[in-house]
Amino acid sequence: MSAPTGITWATLTKDVQLEWRSKDAINSMLFFALLVVVVFSFSFDPEAEESRQIAGGLVWVAFLFAAVVALNQTWARELRNQVLDAYRVSPAPANSLFVAKALGNFIFVSVLETLMTPLFIVFYKLRVLGPAWQLIPVAILGTWAIVVNGTFFAAMSLRTRSREIMLPLLLFPITIPALLSMVEATTTILVGDPSTSAKFWIVLLATYDVVFTTGCLALFGTVLHAE
Amino acid sequence: MKKAFPILGLLTAALLSYALYQALVVAPTEQTMGDVQRIFYYHVPSAWTAFLLFFINFLASIQYLVRRDPKTDTIANWVVIALGVLVCIAPYAFRTLLPAGVYPSSIVTTGIAFVGLYFLIKRLFSEQQTDMLALTTAEVGVVFCTVVLVTGPLWARPVWGIWWTWDVRLTSTLVLWLIYVSYLVLRRFSSSGQTPVLAAALAVFGALDVPLVYFSIWFFRTQHPQPVVGGGGSIDPRMLRVLLINWVAFLCFAFLVCWSRYRLERTKREVEETQALEALLEPRSALR
Repeated sequence: MSAPTGITWATLTKDVQLEWRSKDAINSMLFFALLVVVVFSFSFDPEAEESRQIAGGLVWVAFLFAAVVALNQTWARELRNQVLDAYRVSPAPANSLFVAKALGNFIFVSVLETLMTPLFIVFYKLRVLGPAWQLIPVAILGTWAIVVNGTFFAAMSLRTRSREIMLPLLLFPITIPALLSMVEATTTILVGDPSTSAKFWIVLLATYDVVFTTGCLALFGTVLHAE
Repeated sequence: MKKAFPILGLLTAALLSYALYQALVVAPTEQTMGDVQRIFYYHVPSAWTAFLLFFINFLASIQYLVRRDPKTDTIANWVVIALGVLVCIAPYAFRTLLPAGVYPSSIVTTGIAFVGLYFLIKRLFSEQQTDMLALTTAEVGVVFCTVVLVTGPLWARPVWGIWWTWDVRLTSTLVLWLIYVSYLVLRRFSSSGQTPVLAAALAVFGALDVPLVYFSIWFFRTQHPQPVVGGGGSIDPRMLRVLLINWVAFLCFAFLVCWSRYRLERTKREVEETQALEALLEPRSALR
């Protein structure tokens, strides 16, 4: 295994192991997402037929909010005992660390989604009327879109006062096109109207992922070493 | 330089009054909308000015990031040139994909302006100055963008019968405004030493986001009038003249505000540097 992938792998396994033992991020995310679901159910009638139209938005907004909880904790762990400073002075490439962190968050958010989706189906009586397999690329690309920018902006907001509030302030405006694509794609698939297709939104989501993954990899070193 | 500022100020005031007279008195009244349409002479120039300022902010931010790492300078030059050429070719290559009412020539102008302004900023500004330029243009840009977002609904209420609609241009402008407000919030909240780097990175992300925002929202129905200049709509030449006069006046005004903000920022940084230096020297003088 070459050195950069070795560093990525080591960081990733360390993070997953830590999470597996403590379950800090997963538990807080799960509980938070559950609260969002319950709170939303009071703001409109979850039994109504129109709920299907907004279910896609609901699911993704809940996941986005919950993801922010996990993303905020990404780098906090590295601040203790000056781990991040040690990383900064080491010759290890910054991008290996970034990729490891982004993949770690991707795994955590995916686990959250897998656990929450059945709950959504039960609470909002969801039934997929369109091609259900399309939900898989939407979920993967959508999760990556949230996570890649989220990890980057979490590293950025680490340097600010009141960093917990800073992350959503930076992340949400930039995520708007991705969120719109996820919501529209999911709604199109759930409603299953034969005249519309989710393909456009999936392609747009993929473009978003490519553009911002490149952007993050190009700029992460600069942000990490910003002093 | 000291004298140029008040002269430009007077010139801008004169130009703005002349433009106001042109917009309210000289310009012909629109047939269907009536006098409400005259808000157009403020709405459109503000929008163009705001977009231009955000554009400069993007270029200054790239320039700042490049200056920090001299190795990237040559790569950045070629990337900028390649992007410029790509933007010039793309509208002709993918003509069918172009949203209705957008002329290829207006996109080509953007491409040329992109390359030209980049190298102009590179020549004229030092590393610290590019950061000050980015800050100034973002702040003034947000103000002009706010003007756009306020005058738009004022016009839409009598003409469309609604204050707001989630149409592509309105929504994109709103998202753009949100991105740059978050940029200003980041600048306010980060510790001073790292602010320029973090802000520059965010500015690049915001600029990358703009085309995606536009395309994603473009998929919805568009209610906004087609662009009347460089687009599919049509405009009375007399109205166009007034519009352009107003735009020149607004540009001068924006330049004036940017300039004074820039001077303020420069003075502020000089004071901070002097204070830091004095704080360093103080213990030594106490020992003496």
